[in-house]
Amino acid sequence: MIVLFISFFAACLFGIGIGIGGMTLPSKVISFLDVFGSWDLSLLFVMIGAISVYSCFYFLIIKKLKKPLLAPQFQVTTQRRIDLKLMIGAALFGVGWGIGGLCPGPAIVSLVTFQAPVLIFLISMTAGVYLYNILISRLLSAGQQPPKR
Amino acid sequence: MDSHLFFMPFIGGLCIGLAGVMYLLFCGRVFGISGIFAGILLPKQKDTSWRIAALLGLLAAGALLLFLRPSSFPQEAENYSIFRYILAGLLVGFGSQMGNGCTSGHSVCGISRCSPRSILATCIFIFAGIVAVALMKKMGIAL
Repeated sequence: MIVLFISFFAACLFGIGIGIGGMTLPSKVISFLDVFGSWDLSLLFVMIGAISVYSCFYFLIIKKLKKPLLAPQFQVTTQRRIDLKLMIGAALFGVGWGIGGLCPGPAIVSLVTFQAPVLIFLISMTAGVYLYNILISRLLSAGQQPPKR
Repeated sequence: MDSHLFFMPFIGGLCIGLAGVMYLLFCGRVFGISGIFAGILLPKQKDTSWRIAALLGLLAAGALLLFLRPSSFPQEAENYSIFRYILAGLLVGFGSQMGNGCTSGHSVCGISRCSPRSILATCIFIFAGIVAVALMKKMGIAL
């Protein structure tokens, strides 16, 4: 139960950070990516701030723990392979990020504004998630067809 | 360059980092929003309750920001391309699933843990974004 509260509170703090950091302003994100034009480096400082705190706590404290404080075990991915799937996925994400200036976190935080671009983005993002998973399950089932006699 | 241009973003980053730390320290999970969202859409295990709590937290943050710092959000756009946001959303949704994460998961939580996958993913996010923005400008699309 307390885990749910922490989940809520931490996510709220995360969302506030996203808003204060400027990530809910698509124009700021796009300016960050507009290196040949009106380059705005502010988002770099969001990353610097976030990574500084996170990495300090991670290496000084969390990495030494056998289990998290309120859960039975850590559930962090152990996947370390760098493959084409990761790279293409990241590239597609990056292009979408550049086109809309939005990524999942800021979009969800911005939902309360009910602005049309955000709503359209979120619906399409949902569709994108489903599309990928449908594609994957189709590919997987195609690969399991019985061999020809 | 104004120092205030970087101060608020840095503070925002501190909040994000702290929140991510809380998640990992207490709940043992990486705060990857695309994963949290997808886990609600396509539940694989019976662990939707903390995801919903997280989603509500993000929405609550939005509400707080709307009332206390409305400049966090853009002004309502009069002219916008529906197609642009459909394409952006599809690519972000599809790409985050394929790449196992988005900027919160890879760029914050992953890089902080020195994950080579996340470092590479973030570099690719940014590079692809830069190319997309440059191409849009070349095509005369208003940014």
